Amino acid sequence: MATLEIRDLHVSVDVENGTKEILKGVDLTVKQGETHAIMGPNGSGKSTLAYSIAGHPKYTITSGTVTLDGEDVLEMSVDERARAGMFLAMQYPVEVPGVSVSNFLRTSATALRGEAPKLRTWVKEVKSAMEQLQMDPTFAERNVNEGFSGGEKKRHEILQMELMKPKIAILDETDSGLDVDALRQVSDGVNRVRGTGEVGTLLITHYTRILRYIKPDFVHVFSAGRIVESGGPELADQLEAEGYEKYTKGGAAA
Amino acid sequence: MAEAQTNIPVGSTTSGSLAVAAESTVATRMSAPPSFDVADFPVPHGREEEWRFTPLARLRGLHDGTAEAGGVLTVRVDAPEGVTVETVDRSDARLGKAGTPVDRVAAQAYSAFEKASVVSVPKETVLTEPIRVSVHGEGGTAYGHQVFELGAFAEAVVVIDHTGDGVLAANVDYVLGDGAKLTVVSVQDWADKAVHVAQHNALVGRDASFKSVVVTFGGDLVRLHPRVSYAGPGGEAELFGLYFTDKGQHQEHRLLVDHNVPHCKSNVAYKGALQGQDAHAVWIGDVLIQAAAEGTDSYEMNRNLVLTDGARVDSVPNLEIETGEIAGAGHASATGRFDDEQLFYLQSRGIPEDEARRLVVRGFFAELVQQIGVDDVEARLLAKIDAELEASV
Repeated sequence: MATLEIRDLHVSVDVENGTKEILKGVDLTVKQGETHAIMGPNGSGKSTLAYSIAGHPKYTITSGTVTLDGEDVLEMSVDERARAGMFLAMQYPVEVPGVSVSNFLRTSATALRGEAPKLRTWVKEVKSAMEQLQMDPTFAERNVNEGFSGGEKKRHEILQMELMKPKIAILDETDSGLDVDALRQVSDGVNRVRGTGEVGTLLITHYTRILRYIKPDFVHVFSAGRIVESGGPELADQLEAEGYEKYTKGGAAA
Repeated sequence: MAEAQTNIPVGSTTSGSLAVAAESTVATRMSAPPSFDVADFPVPHGREEEWRFTPLARLRGLHDGTAEAGGVLTVRVDAPEGVTVETVDRSDARLGKAGTPVDRVAAQAYSAFEKASVVSVPKETVLTEPIRVSVHGEGGTAYGHQVFELGAFAEAVVVIDHTGDGVLAANVDYVLGDGAKLTVVSVQDWADKAVHVAQHNALVGRDASFKSVVVTFGGDLVRLHPRVSYAGPGGEAELFGLYFTDKGQHQEHRLLVDHNVPHCKSNVAYKGALQGQDAHAVWIGDVLIQAAAEGTDSYEMNRNLVLTDGARVDSVPNLEIETGEIAGAGHASATGRFDDEQLFYLQSRGIPEDEARRLVVRGFFAELVQQIGVDDVEARLLAKIDAELEASV
C-alpha cells in the first residue's frame, strides 16, 4: 500500500531581499485509499505544500523529508515524481500553445505507463472519461488550457487524474471558481478515482463546500505554514460554523 | 512569456502630406538608392542601417567585390507538364522585372551572374503538383538569378531547397499576373559553413495572391531579403518564416512590404527558435503604406523563443503609414525565454524534460507550419524541428 510521508518540511521562496520561509515544519502521512482535506486561510502555505511536493523550482526545501513508500521524493525530478505515482491538480493550470489536449494526454500516458497505449483502447478510454466529465469531444483538439474557462481547466485536470491513476493525488483548490454543476462533475470524477481505493487524496481547499461532495477521512487545519489541528470530518463542520478566526488569531499572528 | 517586448515602433505615422511620401524613411535608411549596378553602392563598413546587424567578415567577400565566382552550384528544376523552364543569358528581357537590388550584395549578384533560369507557368494553368527546385552547392562562390512568372489566373506551388556548402548571392524574382496564385517555400538547409545572401522580389498582380514561406535551418550566415510590391489593387501577400538558429549561426531575415497601390493586403508572420552560444537571429520587418495605398490591410509579427543562454535576437518592426484611409495596420514583436511554467506543467504529468521542450517548441512552430499548405513540406519541417532539438545542448 502506497504511503506518502511528509516529515518536518520547511520550505522557502526567494523574495526581493533574501528568502522567506513559508512552510515551517509540516508533518503528514497520506496512505492509499485515504482522503485528507487540508483547510486553511489564504496565505497559510497550502499551495506551497502542494507545489513543493510536486517539485516546482520556485520553492526551496530547506529541511525535512518527503517519501513515497520510503523513496526520497525530493531527490526526484518533477517528471520522475509523476512517474512514481504522484499527481498534482493545479489551481492555475498552465496554457501550452500549439499542443493539443489529445497529443498532451497521449504523451503523458506514454511516459507514465512506459509504453504508448494501444490506440483503439486509448481512444475509448479518453472518450469515456471525457463523457463522464461532460466534456465536449472537440475539447481534445483544443490546445492545452488555451482559452479554457475556469470550469474547463478544472475538468481537464480531473480528466488527467482519471487517466493517470496516481497513487497519491494532490488537488490544489480544485473547487475554486466552480459553479455548483461544475463542482459536482469534478467531485464525481474525483470520487470515481477514490472509489478504486487505490489513490491517496490530499484535498487542499479554502472552503468546506467541496467536502459535501468529497467526504474526507481526515481534516487538517493549516495555518502559518504548518498543520495546527487534525481531526475527522467533524472538524470541517466546526470550521464551517466558526471559520478560521480561532487559528489565525493565535498562531498566524506570530 | 517572460521578458516580452512588444510593439517597438520605429517608423513614423503621417497622413495626407505630399512632402512625406517622397521621403520614406524605409527608403532613406538605405545607403544608396536601388540599382542593378554594384558600382552604385559603396562598400559597406558595417555601421550602415542595412548592415549593422550583419557580421561582414563572414560574408566571404560578397560585399566588397573580392568574392570571385567559380564555385560549383547545381540548380535542378523538376516541373510538371505545362511549365516552361529555360536557362537564359543576361540580356533576357524578363530579368529584374519584379524589383531592383537594394544593397551592395544583391547588386553584386546581379552584376556578376552569367546565366539565369526562368520558370514560366502559362496563363490559366493550374498546377496540381509543386515545381521543385534543388539548389545544391559543392563549395566556392556562385552568383545566381532566378525568375518565376505566372500568367494571369495561373496557380502554382514552388518548393526551393538549398543544400550543400558554398557561398551564394542571388536575386529571385516572382512575377504574378492578374489573379494568379503562387506559394513559394524556400528552405535553407545548408551545411554548417555555407553563406547565402539573397533578395526575393515579388510583384503581385491585380487580385493575385502571393504566399512566401521561408525556412532557415542551416548555414553559417544566411541573410534573406523578401520584398513585395503590388502591380494593381486587390493583391494579397502572406510572408511566413521559420528559423532555428543554432550555436554560432547568423540568420537574418529582412522584409519589406511596399503598399504602393490601394486595397491590397499583407500579413507577415515569422517565428524563430534559438539555442547555443552566439546564435544570432535578426528580423527586420518593414511595411510601407504609401499615400496612394488607401484601403490597405496589413499586419506583421515576429516571435522568438530563446531556448538557452548565449543567444541573441534583434527584432525590429517598422511600420510607416502615409495615409489615414486604411483598413488596418499593426505590428508585434516578442522575444521570450522558454517558459518554465509550461515545462513544469508538462513534467508534472510524467513527461521528461527533453520531450516537454520538444512539445513546446513544436507547439510554438505548429501554428505557422499548418499555414504552409504543402503536406510533405509540413511533415519535413516538423521532423527537422525535432532533429534540431535532438541536437540541442
